[in-house]
Amino acid sequence: MTSKRMWAGASAMSAVLLLGACGGGGPGGSGGDFSGGKLVLAVLNDQSGVYKDASGPNSVKAVKMAVADFQKKYGDKAVVDKIEVTSTDHQNKPDIANTKASELYERRGADVILDVPTSSAALAVANQAKKNKKLFLDVSAATTALTGAQCNKYTFQWAYNTYMLANGTGTTVTEKGGKKWNIIYPDYEFGQNMSKSFSDAVTKAGGTVQGTIPTPFPNENFATFLTKAGSTDPDVIGTMQAGGDLINLVKQFNESGLKEKGIELAVGLMLITDIHSLGVDQFADTMFTDAWYWNMDPEARAWADRFLAETGTRPTFEHAGNYSAALQYLEAVQEAGTDDADAVVAKLEGKKINDVFLRNGEVRAKDHSVVHDAYLVRVKKPSEVKEDWDYEEIVATIPAAKAFAPAEASGCTLS
Amino acid sequence: MSAVLQYAVQGLAAGSFYALAALGLAIIFGVLGVVNFAHGAFYMLGAVGAAVLLDTLGLSLWWALLAVPVLMFGFGVVVERLLVQWLLRLDPLYNFLLTFGLTLVLVELVKQKYGVSGLPYRLPGALQGRVDLGGVVLPRYQLFVLLASVAICVLVWLVMTRSRVGMIVRAATEKPELARALGINVGRWVTPVFGFGVALAGLAGVLAAPFRAITADMGNNFAIILFAVVVIGGLGSIVGAVIAGFLVGLVEAFGQAYAPTFAQILIFVLMALIILVRPAGLFGRKEATA
Repeated sequence: MTSKRMWAGASAMSAVLLLGACGGGGPGGSGGDFSGGKLVLAVLNDQSGVYKDASGPNSVKAVKMAVADFQKKYGDKAVVDKIEVTSTDHQNKPDIANTKASELYERRGADVILDVPTSSAALAVANQAKKNKKLFLDVSAATTALTGAQCNKYTFQWAYNTYMLANGTGTTVTEKGGKKWNIIYPDYEFGQNMSKSFSDAVTKAGGTVQGTIPTPFPNENFATFLTKAGSTDPDVIGTMQAGGDLINLVKQFNESGLKEKGIELAVGLMLITDIHSLGVDQFADTMFTDAWYWNMDPEARAWADRFLAETGTRPTFEHAGNYSAALQYLEAVQEAGTDDADAVVAKLEGKKINDVFLRNGEVRAKDHSVVHDAYLVRVKKPSEVKEDWDYEEIVATIPAAKAFAPAEASGCTLS
Repeated sequence: MSAVLQYAVQGLAAGSFYALAALGLAIIFGVLGVVNFAHGAFYMLGAVGAAVLLDTLGLSLWWALLAVPVLMFGFGVVVERLLVQWLLRLDPLYNFLLTFGLTLVLVELVKQKYGVSGLPYRLPGALQGRVDLGGVVLPRYQLFVLLASVAICVLVWLVMTRSRVGMIVRAATEKPELARALGINVGRWVTPVFGFGVALAGLAGVLAAPFRAITADMGNNFAIILFAVVVIGGLGSIVGAVIAGFLVGLVEAFGQAYAPTFAQILIFVLMALIILVRPAGLFGRKEATA
């Protein structure tokens, strides 16, 4: 083999590596067809990649906690004795998510798929849910298309969406005086959707968006993007990056000197694991919108303590969202007395819910968006941190009706 | 004008990481004939090593810059003695696959131990803040990275041209047939050269730690660009690898500034163009294209 071909091969193989070469397949489920009297909850998410800590294996544990709580509550009165929880890795790729979802519904007897981070992957699963007439409760994907243009009868969005993030942060920061914005976003479904939602929120609140800058995804070097974003002297640079890319960007923003020039950084989506990994000092005083915080009240804290005992770490809002979605699904099955998807959907639609995760929650019948209170939070300064994972202070509670877009605006017609 | 200068310096700073790592890659390829696929993983280990030293022993960046390359050199020697050397006599493909496998193992081990969301890192106070160079304001650390990597490249170049070891390495890299024909014993330098190449990747990782997200996956994307750098610079050319490293950094920065969507693609367009016009790369030797 010539050396040139070797190098070409090396490039190709490294590309494969980046895309996650190690073939799919999570732990094997029971297999076989759905048999009566058995309920199968499938968690389809990122078990090994960038969103593993934010959701990943601990979301499976959260769903198992929900099953245990359900069985403890109903005991002999539960309509179903055997409840299985299975999980599969979709590697954040829409094509794999599509295949795995179809496999889960058709061959592994899944009655419901939960979680599914990465918007493009979640849209693929929503399609499979519609085709198979089985439920999909999305927790970790944020695109509004799931409950908008591409909504369907069997898909619910449980925790948050880009409108909620943009509306909370974009509106508040603009109203506080950050009138001129530049937005940096990763150039894929989630980023494009976020950039649009933020631009709308900022403009509506009386601000102007000077420019939006798309970046490759994933990307390490943001220095030039930041210089460019800072060159028009905006009040705020909004970043829609997530996970490792967000950490790259924040590190380079802190070094760039833009902060000293009076330019504020607003973060579109942040999880507590991001703050934990970068260090609270790097994010101090950053404002963002959160769907839930583990220490926001005694009820949340009590559950977070159980979660800590189970997993050794504090929950993100996605973990709590998965717990809530699984628990409320089981409650709906209990009410319906069957696992028939149409009957369960009928029980869920319009249901008002208060649980560990949802406050003033309602499963909107018109677009299947689960609306609930959201929170504008500020990252604490290092001096304010009193215990491990004590990173956030809730500045304002955004009531459910204001946190999410009105159903009429969603553009969804359920079918 | 000042914006253009700023982009240029940012590009060179980003290029510093590529130059250092590509230098190691080129030397390993030259002397051992091994396409070291694990170079991205060694870069990642360098950054993770810096973060762990800071977290557990409180060693700042200054110490990490010394300690991590030494540790990585040792690790490289172990890898070469334990694994790589047995496959040197076989088709290069075997070592290529070995290092590919090694990458997967290292990345997964780091994920198991430290998770995926990354490790925190603090910059020493002396390197925080900014410098104003006649209207161009630069983060002090960016300037430090640039100067440090240029200094290291020059140092390596001096060793390569002035010392006996360096000349042997250079002869083996640039004119392998001739070196063998003259009876130069390259064999005993194989292990230290591999270790040295790994140490350079680790050093690039340490320098990246304060500036980049320190995660198990940080080397994956980096490795792709690194291979493009070596192809652009020319196979078997040490100078080519360094110059191409800085060049790719510049292309990336100006791409980000003027055609953000295409920033990363531009690097590979450049690679394709160079392969078309100069199949051996900018500084490559002809034999390598055979």
